[in-house]
Amino acid sequence: MLRYSAKQLLNMALTLFAVSFLVFALNELSPGDVARKVLGPYASQSQVDYLTVQMGLDRPVLVRYAEYMGKALAGDFGDSVVFRQPVSALMFDRLGNTLLLAAISFAVIVPLSIVLGVLAGMRERGWFDRAVSVFSSMCASIPEFAMGVFLLGIFVVWLGWLPGTSPLRSDTGWSLWMQFVLPVLVVTFYDAGYLIAMVRSSMVEVMRQPYIRTALLKGMSFHGVVRRHALRNALITPFTVILLQLNYLVSGLVVVETLFAYPGFGRLMLEAALTKDIAVIEAGTLIAVSVTMLTQLFGDLGYMALDPRIRV
Amino acid sequence: MAEVLAFEHVSIAYDSRAGRQNILNDVSFVIGEGEALGLVGESGCGKSTVALAAMHYLPRGMSLTEGRIRVEGRDLARLSADELSRIRGNRIAMVYQDPMSSLNPVMPIGRQLMEVPLLHGETDERAAFRRAVAMLEEVRLPAAEAMMERYPHQLSGGQQQRVVIAMALMAEPALLIMDEPTTGLDVTIEAAILALVRDLRAKFGTAILFISHNLGTVARVCERIGVLYAGRLVETGSIATVFRSPVHPYTRGLLGALPRLSGGHRRGRLRPIDGTIQAADRARLGCAFAPRCSFAARRDCEERPVVMVAIDAAAQHLVRCARIDAVVAGSAVDGPPASATATNDQAPIVLSVRNLSKEYRLTSLFGGDRKGAVRAVTGVDLDARAGETLAIVGESGCGKSTLARIISGLLTATSGEVTLDGVDLAGISVDDRPPDTRRRIQMVFQNPDSTLNPSHSIAYALTRPLRLLRDLASGEAKAEVLRLLAQVRLPSEMADRMPHQLSGGQRQRVAIARALAGNPGVVVADEPVSALDVSVQAAILNLLGELLEQSQLGLVLISHDLALVRHMADWVAVMYLGRVVEYGPADQVFSPPYHPYTQALLLAAPTPDPDAPPVVVLEGSMPSPTDTILGCPFASRCPERIAGLCDTTPPPIRRFGEHRISCHLEIDAERAQPPAEAGGRTGMRSSSA
Repeated sequence: MLRYSAKQLLNMALTLFAVSFLVFALNELSPGDVARKVLGPYASQSQVDYLTVQMGLDRPVLVRYAEYMGKALAGDFGDSVVFRQPVSALMFDRLGNTLLLAAISFAVIVPLSIVLGVLAGMRERGWFDRAVSVFSSMCASIPEFAMGVFLLGIFVVWLGWLPGTSPLRSDTGWSLWMQFVLPVLVVTFYDAGYLIAMVRSSMVEVMRQPYIRTALLKGMSFHGVVRRHALRNALITPFTVILLQLNYLVSGLVVVETLFAYPGFGRLMLEAALTKDIAVIEAGTLIAVSVTMLTQLFGDLGYMALDPRIRV
Repeated sequence: MAEVLAFEHVSIAYDSRAGRQNILNDVSFVIGEGEALGLVGESGCGKSTVALAAMHYLPRGMSLTEGRIRVEGRDLARLSADELSRIRGNRIAMVYQDPMSSLNPVMPIGRQLMEVPLLHGETDERAAFRRAVAMLEEVRLPAAEAMMERYPHQLSGGQQQRVVIAMALMAEPALLIMDEPTTGLDVTIEAAILALVRDLRAKFGTAILFISHNLGTVARVCERIGVLYAGRLVETGSIATVFRSPVHPYTRGLLGALPRLSGGHRRGRLRPIDGTIQAADRARLGCAFAPRCSFAARRDCEERPVVMVAIDAAAQHLVRCARIDAVVAGSAVDGPPASATATNDQAPIVLSVRNLSKEYRLTSLFGGDRKGAVRAVTGVDLDARAGETLAIVGESGCGKSTLARIISGLLTATSGEVTLDGVDLAGISVDDRPPDTRRRIQMVFQNPDSTLNPSHSIAYALTRPLRLLRDLASGEAKAEVLRLLAQVRLPSEMADRMPHQLSGGQRQRVAIARALAGNPGVVVADEPVSALDVSVQAAILNLLGELLEQSQLGLVLISHDLALVRHMADWVAVMYLGRVVEYGPADQVFSPPYHPYTQALLLAAPTPDPDAPPVVVLEGSMPSPTDTILGCPFASRCPERIAGLCDTTPPPIRRFGEHRISCHLEIDAERAQPPAEAGGRTGMRSSSA
């Protein structure tokens, strides 16, 4: 187990290294001059050239990459040319906001999906199963922006119970917690719809297994069988998928963040991409890749804990 | 004798959108305290439904439409869910086919065993634990306490089934229902499980309802038998009566269709039952078997219900047949005619295998072979002859399928030769073989459903090899398809059908026709009939026999079924752990002297014979193919091993003419005791040196 984790962490470092180089090289190849971007369209060519030399942009790619990596290892990812502040400070702030939103959403989505999915799947084609299936496919098929606008219409425009934007500032007249309600709700509806369907189909599959019949014909009650024999087996397949949602929740919330003016990581990345803010894109990519790889590692370890057939 | 389980005129129907279908029809039987009743029948006859109905656990859509089912006098249909829970696992318990999937994969088996007493009155965890350990010892599992911590996947198939049996016996039930408990297990493991069931039955006095498609396994455990056909019980009686003097034409058909160890060589044909069972047969007013029965008369058999009639005075032997007199007066039932021709070792060799080995190196992440190797096949020597069958027998993991795959080029050998038409093919995979060589070796697989593409017609499936391998123009190919269908006894209109419109037997005929399409010199058939019902199996075996007689084809038959091998084979190779331990003409291999493993296999094979001898139970299981074997591969399980010799020194090859046995024992005909089945056949050995 320890050896496996160590090996996976080593793999992770190698992957991060490769990804960082790819992103660095790609940005290098993309059109547009960094110095020109910083100085604006009215600067003279000599000013641009001067800045290029001053920023060290005239040196070979590999040298600059090595320098970048050296600094990055020490926590310095350079400065954002758009926001004119260190990338690490900027990231720290935005990433914190996103992680908060992701954590709250995850804490709602996972128990909700497991409970609804298991209850639906334990009696395949029962009334509850049908109701949950309709609900989950509806949620999963309505895009976030549509769901967001729909909920905004009800809770902000019509009822006036909740704020329409969530900039996470206390001067808006709404408490911070109230600002979280709508973003979390939109993310939950959209994501839980999919997870419920996953858990349900896994549960249906497990309930058809011969060992469920064995347990029932031992004289165990139906609910006893669901609790003791079906539950753990039913969670094995969806487990990895549940953890994969973390990737989505960290780097895929662009739409929700934009919709509610939420100062998050996804929006930062979008803005950086639109303005070619290279230092931010590079750091953001590394963070997104790390999150993916970490969830994968936790997924594997949790998988092993759930299923004794899997050993490394 | 108090009754434990009683079915009284039970009918069960399945309702679906397509309408109502009868699954069971007027089934009646009684199992008394400590009695064992075997129910036999082919797939779809409703035997598993009987088992589930006795537990009052019918699949969705099925319901009891008539009759009553009583357990210890209580009508199951009148019990509440709580009362049922108290009976299930406590008074009746069940053992299932496929033990692996019947055990919860994520729960240690100890916990699963302890649940039974804890559900039925035991409150003390430690007492439940002790009872579970004691029961594991009863089913002869080694190191029972350590076993409690294991998960199902850490046990072998035989061990898993012992755990399931232990679980069923935990509450000392009055009735044990066993649904195909040994199907899918190897012969020697099966023999050990059946011997265990017999012993436990004697010890606990449990009544048994034993369900199987295999007449031989039923004979090992039960004293009474019931034969099911299309949801109806057609004959019941004691094992001895039904096997010696069956009355119902279906029972007679089943017994006649079965290849037997004592039956000798195939030149005597098996008697397949004509036709196949149709879904509509279940709904017949009269006899469901009438459409396939040569004694059927319209007035007696089809126009009114046929009831069970007692044959003997004590009403122990009951038969559901309207034409008993005609049937009994008609042909007498006997085994297939005795063998006539001896093996002709003058037949030319079409394929020869010399010193063939296949190893898989286990490599670690960074290369190198520190972890050793899997030796799937080691030093195999064999010949396949024109017009004859070379059978390769052995239990799962013995390397027989690997050998078949090397011959056909699906795998390549590590060393050794496979010579066909003077060319060594051992190292050439099928993709690299020239079309003419590819054409000469064809395969027939176990499961015809998965080898035929479901979206292509039969004609297409047969045309492809004709065009690819023989380069025929489309007109020629069309005519050839019809010739091939005729050769495998399929009507020509089958050409336009799709695979799903054919029965399992018909699909296997198509698979054989496809193999014949290339005019092969050698056909390798890997368990060609083990997925088929007995009555269909017989017809396929007869077809293979005819094809061999008509052509110069060499058949390599891979099988685990010794009776089938006895029936089909001219030459036999017995494999164990990747090596051939005995090889020779079939008549010599099936008569003494034997290799101890061959002898164990012969004794373990379940035979439909009420007087079958007790089995010798082999200890342990086959070593892993990664183990380094210094001496004889069978030494770890051999009942006659010589300590200090067999496990350290490779055995010498003892030759008796063409017959080879690799064993340290001084083998001579007097020492080896023949099994009773083959007992009358010792005289056949006169041809060997």
